[in-house]
Amino acid sequence: MREFGYDRATDVAGAIALLGADPHAHYLGGGTNLVDLMKLGVEAPTRLVDVSRLPLAGIEVLPDGGLRIGSTASNSDIAAHPDVRRRFPAVAQAVLAGASGQLRNVATAGGNLLQRTRCPYFTDVTKPCNKRVPGTGCPARDGEHHNHAILGASVQCIATHPSDFAVGLVALDARVTVQESDGPREIPLEEFYRPVGSTPERETVLGPGALITGIVLPGLPIAARSRYRKVRERASYAFAIGSIAAALHVTDGTVTEVRIALGAVASRPWRARAAERVLLGAPVGADAFADAADAELAAAQPLRDNAYKVPLMRNLIVTMLSELAEAPGR
Amino acid sequence: MTTMPASVPTAVGEALTRIEGRLKVTGQARYAAEFPAPGLAYGWIVPARIARGRVRAIDIDAALALPGVLAVLHHGNAPRLTDAGDATLLVLQDDAVPHWGWPVALVVATTSEQARAAAERIHVTYDEEPHDVVFSAEHAGTYIPDHVNPAQETSTVLGDVDAALAAADVVVDATYSTPNEHNSPMEPHSATARWADGRLEVIDSNQGAFAVRQSLATLFSLDPSAVHVRSEHVGGGFGAKGTARPHVVLAAMAATVLQRPVRVTLTRQQMFSLVGYRTPTVQRVRVGADASGRLTALDHLAYSQTSRVLEFTEQTAIYARVMYAAGALRTDHRVVALDVPTPRWMRAPGEAPGSFAVESALDELAEQCGIDPVELRARNEPDVEPATGRPFSSRNLRTCFTEGARRFGWAGRDARPGVRRDGRWLLGTGTAAATYPARVTPSTATATAEADGLFTIRITASDIGTGARTALTQIAADALRVPLERVRVLIGDSDFGQAQLAGGSLGTGSWGFAITEACRALRTELDGGATVPPDGLTARADTAERVQALPALSRHSYGAQFAEVAVDLSSGEVRVRRMVGIFAVGRVVNPLTARSQLVGGMTMGLSMALHEEAILDPVFGDVVNHDLAGYHVATNADVPPIEVDWVDDADDVIPTGTKGLGEIGIVGAAAAIANAVWHATGARHRDLPIRPDRVLFS
Repeated sequence: MREFGYDRATDVAGAIALLGADPHAHYLGGGTNLVDLMKLGVEAPTRLVDVSRLPLAGIEVLPDGGLRIGSTASNSDIAAHPDVRRRFPAVAQAVLAGASGQLRNVATAGGNLLQRTRCPYFTDVTKPCNKRVPGTGCPARDGEHHNHAILGASVQCIATHPSDFAVGLVALDARVTVQESDGPREIPLEEFYRPVGSTPERETVLGPGALITGIVLPGLPIAARSRYRKVRERASYAFAIGSIAAALHVTDGTVTEVRIALGAVASRPWRARAAERVLLGAPVGADAFADAADAELAAAQPLRDNAYKVPLMRNLIVTMLSELAEAPGR
Repeated sequence: MTTMPASVPTAVGEALTRIEGRLKVTGQARYAAEFPAPGLAYGWIVPARIARGRVRAIDIDAALALPGVLAVLHHGNAPRLTDAGDATLLVLQDDAVPHWGWPVALVVATTSEQARAAAERIHVTYDEEPHDVVFSAEHAGTYIPDHVNPAQETSTVLGDVDAALAAADVVVDATYSTPNEHNSPMEPHSATARWADGRLEVIDSNQGAFAVRQSLATLFSLDPSAVHVRSEHVGGGFGAKGTARPHVVLAAMAATVLQRPVRVTLTRQQMFSLVGYRTPTVQRVRVGADASGRLTALDHLAYSQTSRVLEFTEQTAIYARVMYAAGALRTDHRVVALDVPTPRWMRAPGEAPGSFAVESALDELAEQCGIDPVELRARNEPDVEPATGRPFSSRNLRTCFTEGARRFGWAGRDARPGVRRDGRWLLGTGTAAATYPARVTPSTATATAEADGLFTIRITASDIGTGARTALTQIAADALRVPLERVRVLIGDSDFGQAQLAGGSLGTGSWGFAITEACRALRTELDGGATVPPDGLTARADTAERVQALPALSRHSYGAQFAEVAVDLSSGEVRVRRMVGIFAVGRVVNPLTARSQLVGGMTMGLSMALHEEAILDPVFGDVVNHDLAGYHVATNADVPPIEVDWVDDADDVIPTGTKGLGEIGIVGAAAAIANAVWHATGARHRDLPIRPDRVLFS
């Protein structure tokens, strides 16, 4: 049997101390992904440090009108929180679009950000996978890849990040607060995930032993009119094949503020900066929305079976922006 | 004092909840993997990790050295088996690897965890051979099989199809495809085997304990009476547990070698390579008609795959043999053997994929002829079964359509596609017919009058979640002319004798036949003044002769399926908004469980239409999405309100008057949905499932 140690941390410093310098130890949050990966043999930690009961489950309003979401807040609590729903609807909608009620009850905010790709080759230890075992190859590129990345992928890896939550967060400039051995650190979520490049096994910028303590959503007035939409292959309990979080502000017919993030297209929640640049200062309308979508997707590198994602994402961008433009109170 | 009239059948027709329902919802009903056994050991399968080749060597030393490991069985040391007519059961007999996932060893240990850990330490080296796992209708290895499942003619020809097509006013010539679909019952296959008092005692999850007993007896060269198989509660099968599967053979092997109880339970992933699935199909359908929509030609050619282990050819094209009057009718099959797991039965084998093609083609014909799809089907009602000329015992398809159209609100439907909108959704409606054979096979049963006034029925029936136990109790009570409370039906025990397995919608009719015969014989004895001795009075029935003597009629259930869908062309999403299914299924024994079967079948048809697809990796020969996160079945959120009912369908060829209803619900459902998607969008979807990418590119 594959044995592993288990410790339960009661405070942040204790958690970091318990994990220590052991490269084969993992923090355990809700366990909805890590435990599955352990059963599959994808992860084989020598030790788990359970951080799910750290006093980090709070969700509080910040002086700037933003929010701090503690890293052990459950996905259900986030989605149900009145301030999340009112001030950051895209975030609440994204969380509710993910997993199932049962999973959301135990899955944590921090764990959601750190969940692994559901690429079927990554989750099957009988297959090669550069992310799981660097240098073994990527069978997805010529094999099953209908839900793989079209943006920012590399020859080594075309896996996507599965989170809905993170797409809502990255659109709204969320920052991740982290405790590392040498002190606290705050990282914009957009910079939290590393580009794939030739090291798909290194997914985040977190240092060894770092612990996510929370997520900060800055107080952006535009966030209150943000939306999230997810497209998937069945109505529930499936990962996105394409998703979008967006917010739009128009003044006198001109786009004065816009935020767009895309999901299921890349190894990370994809902030659509190219589209935003096209839109900012442009006259609002279908033409601008289409130009913006095309600008973002110009870099797309679709493969044999995921080329549909290009028109899908284009349509999602145009539809979402059109709906936001027509929504009352914009 | 009140006198009971001579015949007061009251139990049949009552909407009873399942007799074992309380046991199931309180967790007291034990499934195969839940029975305790002293000294129980656990087997874990080591699956092949190549698609074709030979095992060169198996290094088991590291595994044997682990704590708790009792044995490692492989082709070099496993007991020899005798072929029982199913080569998928001949595991660990030689070094050949016919497909990815084929068992190359079984580790047995004192805990399941130890067995699994040891299995992962077994190092197998292979002599790999080039493999061939990609199915297509153009495959060079395609051939004409001798027969199609189970023993039906490969081809039927009536008239000159080509000439009729050439002369037709309107022709539809289209190719349809359906993917690999996996049965995916909730309960994984599990078997526990042990030797006791000279008998091989087996608790197994299957759809027919008697058939499993017979297979095990042959495989292990035992007298059939020395094998005892029980399957009291079974958590679904959909055909994947129709006959013995490798897990029960491996459990019996290990129990024999170790002389202690051994349990082998499959993982969900292993189920994708070891228990069967529905073959992918490619189907060319050609329909010729005159301008009024009367069929002059119907040609259905179906391609499917089998394995190199065992030939199984899905009877995809038999659907047209029954359904429509066409001047010329040809049905035919081709199959190709690949280095893949063996396809087997999955709910309505043949009719489920076949109806998708034929009922879609009819919708295309209705479009071309400008005739309402319901009317088109009415115009092509045959007087006798088209392919055989046999008279129908009963055929109430038109009634199903009339009632279905009324309930659905079909009248006045605007036939134009792509013109109804609700926000971003395009709306459409579609219909399709359904049929499934109402067969009956010989079975045996006993009925015992107990000294305490109760009655016990024994039959090797199987309740795979359908409510069979409850329905059989209702049938027995009426045949005995006693209240339900006095009848106890015992099932799932091979010692009760030969009986039909739970498959092919054959159960209730075949079992009910034998039970009725046994109960009537017992009733006659009791009415004749027989006294009940302390150990009970038993009457036995074997319906072999009665079944043999049944008239050669075309006996089928029928149905009319209706669906409304919403399609978002910008995202490719398809949502089914409602379904109506009206069926002619003979007598309905239990309206509650009957409705569940029909709703379940239609739900599975929805799942087939929109979601289900196992994706085989051509490099590895493995199903990539081999779990229920990757292999999508419809969730509750996908399933709309489904209205189900049945029409009067008196058909008393067999005593129960039933036709079976486990399978017909899936038949035609996918076609109705695909036809509705066309009506919504104007795009034909001839390939299942109707995925978002297919809608986006349509």
